[in-house]
Amino acid sequence: MPRAPTTTDAFNAVAEPRRRQILDALATGERPVNDLVALLGVAQPHVSKHLRVLREVGLVEVRDEGRQRIYRLNGRSLKPIHDWLKHYEQTWNEAFDQLDSVLEDLKGKEQRNDSDGA
Amino acid sequence: MTAMAHSGKAVVTLPSDTEIKITREFAAPKHLVYKAWTTPELIKRWWGGRRGVVNLAEVDLRVGGKWRYLSTTDRGFEVGFHGVFREVVANDRLVYTEVYEGVPGGDDDPPVVTLTFTESGGRTTLTSLTQLSSREVRDMIIQSGMEGGMQHAMDLLEEVAIALI
Repeated sequence: MPRAPTTTDAFNAVAEPRRRQILDALATGERPVNDLVALLGVAQPHVSKHLRVLREVGLVEVRDEGRQRIYRLNGRSLKPIHDWLKHYEQTWNEAFDQLDSVLEDLKGKEQRNDSDGA
Repeated sequence: MTAMAHSGKAVVTLPSDTEIKITREFAAPKHLVYKAWTTPELIKRWWGGRRGVVNLAEVDLRVGGKWRYLSTTDRGFEVGFHGVFREVVANDRLVYTEVYEGVPGGDDDPPVVTLTFTESGGRTTLTSLTQLSSREVRDMIIQSGMEGGMQHAMDLLEEVAIALI
């Protein structure tokens, strides 16, 4: 199978920390580009580049309002990733919770062995 | 949100488009976490989580050595995983392949897991980084569960997800 270009892949799009910051910011509501530039503290061309990537994979949508470009999050395109991660994490949390109790046992045994040897 | 989901204490992130990272802290020194991760009778006690019973855990803990776990989920599915150890540094680091036995050809280009155990103040941070062979493998795993939207697909995803650490 041919490798998809970076910008067509939602997973890759959210793997970049700045892009995650943008998505986090948009999670609370739509924002103009200038807002995002101020929030991220990086130059506008960088922000625009990230927004372009996010737009191409459908994670954000844009509309013009007068001279401003307003971006908003497209929650639908994030849902599969979010759902999958949540499920994956929960599966591991359940196993890790049991691992916690195994570790408590091991710690208890070690302490008993230490006091036996003293 | 997005690339992170918080439910409990493990944190899952996607450092790149073919990697999955899990971080979890344990209230125990690293030699015990390592022991629980590599000792068959201990693996049986935790690896199945709340969703299944681990019937078999075989661990030949040396470079080139094989491991295999078999479990039965509470919905009655038999699930098998196996792999080969590539690096074994006691109490510090493990690198191994991990193959889900329900997928034909799984051994061809298996996910590679790097586990690191870092201790600080008697507590251990476990980091698991899974390197998938390709974006297509990752997409297959995710799409099989999320686009079908059926319980059976969810079960399969559950099983495959377990294979990914």
